[in-house]
Amino acid sequence: MVLLKCPICGNDVNVPDDSLPGEIVEHECGAQLEVFNSNGKLALRLAEQVGEDWGE
Amino acid sequence: MIIGVSYDLLRWEEKDIITEAKKSGFKAIPIFTKDFYSAIGVGENYSELEADVIIQRNTSHARALTTSLIFEGWNYNVVNDATSLFKCGNKLYTLSLLAKHNIKTPRTIVTFSKDKAVDLAKKIGFPAVIKPIEGSWGRMVAKAVDEDILYSFLEYQEYTTSQFRQIYLVQEFVKKPNRDIRIFVMGDEAPVGIYRVNERNWKTNTALGARALPLKIDDELRDLALKVRDIMGGFFLGIDIFEDPERGYLVNEVNGVPEYKNTVRVNNFNVSSYLLNKLREWIKK
Ligand SMILES: [Zn+2]
Repeated sequence: MVLLKCPICGNDVNVPDDSLPGEIVEHECGAQLEVFNSNGKLALRLAEQVGEDWGE
Repeated sequence: MIIGVSYDLLRWEEKDIITEAKKSGFKAIPIFTKDFYSAIGVGENYSELEADVIIQRNTSHARALTTSLIFEGWNYNVVNDATSLFKCGNKLYTLSLLAKHNIKTPRTIVTFSKDKAVDLAKKIGFPAVIKPIEGSWGRMVAKAVDEDILYSFLEYQEYTTSQFRQIYLVQEFVKKPNRDIRIFVMGDEAPVGIYRVNERNWKTNTALGARALPLKIDDELRDLALKVRDIMGGFFLGIDIFEDPERGYLVNEVNGVPEYKNTVRVNNFNVSSYLLNKLREWIKK
């Protein structure tokens, strides 16, 4: 597990080592977070809102 | 075989493709498109990417279309290619291609004027369905029971941000049972499909709560699906079909980046692994 910080509430979030960018993580503060690659390290940011061109 | 997986949101499907690829001894390379860039004509390219085939899995149609275009420009095999994604993503393009090849579709009118749209809608009858030229998951699709409501929906559409907001697409409301059919094409096969059943809502998108049930694919359905694939192009398609009590099967939409989590669950059919095997056969040729 990798210990990351929630960018919204600042609390710790555990993310599996093999997480990939674009993976969605739900956090207890209610934020929907997205894993991304920040200079070679995994980090979290607020997930993108559903876009109007999204979907199958 | 090296599989590139082009994606923006890592959904169940994308993870499953990566897992199944590894199980089959393939190398899977995730390509997160939000970190992706392309340079044209500046002596730089993405040539460090080694892939026999790139599977296009972006949730956003714009990102899917754009990255397929770029990969194709670099001579990768891309599934699906940009041309077929464009045909699928634009409902008008889909419908006119299908009509050209005598595939039955719901009766549809397209106008550039609201008054004309209401006028013509009387001919196909009410209720009528208004839908955006581009769009998914049933968004902005509405059923108008009479002329007044249809006119209101047409007005609402003008205030959306769609680039096609002043093109009005109105379709007959097909008197189908409370379900529709989603059938998957992979290469030259149509091996699996589902019924999408919704007793409460006339929209049968599983994103809107429809239930998936296994579908038995008869010869007629299989032939229809493969014919649609020949018309639309692409390697991996999800085809939406209505059952009309009088006219039989009507092709409603074709999806170029189909989701299949529920199909796998109810049919106990491994779509990712089937797709990967089909891709391997194709690449070998
Ligand atoms: Zn938080």
